[in-house]
Amino acid sequence: MSQVAEAPKSEGGTDPGGDPSYDGLRLRQVTKSFGAFTAVDSLDLDIPRGSFFALLGPSGCGKTTTLRMVAGLETPTSGTITLAGEDITYAKPYRRPVNTVFQSYALFPHLDIFENVAFGLRRRKSKDVTSQVNEMLDLVELGNQARKKPAQLSGGQQQRVALARALINKPEVLLLDEPLGALDLKLRRSMQIELKRIQTEVGLTFVHVTHDQEEAMTMADTVAVMNRGVIEQMGAPSVLYENPRSTFVANFLGQSNLIEGNVTGRAADVVTVDMHGIAVSVPTERTHVDGERGWVGIRPEKVLIGELGESLDAPGNTIPGGVITDVSFYGVSTQYLVRMPWGQELTVFQQNTGRSKLFGQGEQVELSWRPEYAFLLDHSQDASAGAQRGADE
Amino acid sequence: MSETVRKRGRLGYLLLFPALAWLGLFFVVPLYSLVATSLFDPAGSDFRGYTMSWAWGNYSDALHEYWQPLLRSIVYGGIATALCLVLGYVLAYAIAFKAGRWKNVMLVLVIAPFFTSFLIRTLSWKLILADDGVIVNSLQFLHVLGSDGRLLATPVAVIAGLTYNFLPFMVLPLYASLDKIDHRLIEASGDLYAHPAIGFFKVTWPLSLPGVVSGTLLTFIPAAGDFINVQLLGSPNQRMVGSVIQSLFTDANNYPAAASLSMILMVLIVAMVVVYVRRAGTEDLL
Repeated sequence: MSQVAEAPKSEGGTDPGGDPSYDGLRLRQVTKSFGAFTAVDSLDLDIPRGSFFALLGPSGCGKTTTLRMVAGLETPTSGTITLAGEDITYAKPYRRPVNTVFQSYALFPHLDIFENVAFGLRRRKSKDVTSQVNEMLDLVELGNQARKKPAQLSGGQQQRVALARALINKPEVLLLDEPLGALDLKLRRSMQIELKRIQTEVGLTFVHVTHDQEEAMTMADTVAVMNRGVIEQMGAPSVLYENPRSTFVANFLGQSNLIEGNVTGRAADVVTVDMHGIAVSVPTERTHVDGERGWVGIRPEKVLIGELGESLDAPGNTIPGGVITDVSFYGVSTQYLVRMPWGQELTVFQQNTGRSKLFGQGEQVELSWRPEYAFLLDHSQDASAGAQRGADE
Repeated sequence: MSETVRKRGRLGYLLLFPALAWLGLFFVVPLYSLVATSLFDPAGSDFRGYTMSWAWGNYSDALHEYWQPLLRSIVYGGIATALCLVLGYVLAYAIAFKAGRWKNVMLVLVIAPFFTSFLIRTLSWKLILADDGVIVNSLQFLHVLGSDGRLLATPVAVIAGLTYNFLPFMVLPLYASLDKIDHRLIEASGDLYAHPAIGFFKVTWPLSLPGVVSGTLLTFIPAAGDFINVQLLGSPNQRMVGSVIQSLFTDANNYPAAASLSMILMVLIVAMVVVYVRRAGTEDLL
């Protein structure tokens, strides 16, 4: 989390060629249209050398198109892409120091594992191919499978071959296009750890495209959330999660309760919001509204639940009058749906620490949260944007 | 469990039966008769009848007398197959990768010649290559051909006819192979520093080998045995083994010689096919 990509973002903003001293990957005003459809819309992006960067978004948001433009498999309609100061916008893919781990691995079915991994080295007439390939196969723990054909390997092994085949070329940037998408959950988790380990070991720049928010958050130093061809928000995973700036990010990255409210007062460091007749406060640095109306956001696990009149550890924001409509017991936690006096159902996660009682359906409860966990989003945004994330998985 | 297995087995035999009966009646029986005829006493005739005399000499006689048409068949068939491969590969590649929404139209066009008879199509080549035709006149004008030069009754005409007639048999299997290739593999080769030309020889070509093998077999086997093209476009100087066999059977009524020559052609082609498929190393791609 040391590499936050936001810092150098604005300095070269209008300079089309970018700053030649910037040694990372830089996209400036990159647009890609397919007919009338704009897949990527004047995208600005700085990816520092050596970082693990994730492009996160739902399918069709333009993240794969962005990746393919960096790989040279698509040509931008306009804009520039520079790598270590060199303009590669129109460079042929086979001339770029960039390699890709494809979504379906795209291993050559007629070549064995050894030759698949050696492919890039042989094209560049590299020396001691044999020892390099064997070393790489050992790194991905496939040393004894060298003479097998891709079809004889399991999905996880094929994935590691695809990774080895790209890594062995020591590219400036390694592009990963949903590389874990085809694996089952358990294998995916272990490959995530493996990928992160390899990235730390080799120190290359990884650009990882995924629609899995958990994968993006656990692996990347910097996550850019993409939606409809533009980047909604970019930053360290914890920053994105704790202080989302749009309803899309709030819903796509984890879950959020969004409650309509009107700003009634602005002090130096706190904004007061009238939420259906109940006054709540939100720290100024967590408010992202233009007008007087907004969505008060709070993560379900930040909401405390208690009996009527019970004093909870949450000075400031207490909302009485809730009725439990649904209880889901997960073992480690319990999820409640609580109907509020204004008709909306809020989601509450409660850790099963054993210190508080389990509530049943129909019980009257009071909700509260610490003001510093709340955030305020602009009312012009759709409160359900990004919430259907589970549908296409 | 065992009940369903037995049922499935019975159904399997039932489904196999029509084809097996057909093959038995129209392949095994004639083949047996062909082998037998090839060993009949060559002195026999339609009047005196034939006697089985295990005349293995028929084979050496046939080879000795007709080695030239036999060799010519293999050479003409081979050249026509090579030309079909070059033309067909380019065409199949274009259909598979570049045709876009015209793919189906182009495939129909490839098959379209089959809507007319083989004979009619070959006869129309006679017009195209005629002595006063546009092609001959143009070639004479360009001094490629002498002023009395012609195309009909030359190996060029026979090979051109063979190439034309068997081209679809090459294009279709090639197309099927090329169309199956995952485009991402070609992208991956570019991503791994392969120039498109290198990528073609390292990825596209090896992956299309099953189509190359089946296309060349489907072209070479009938082309080597063909007799129509020689008859219509060539002259006795271009006699191929097919026309020899035909005239031995129908004109000379020399059944033992015709049968033994047929057997030689068949064994030769089967042997070549076996060697070819082995050498192409496509067993695990097929």
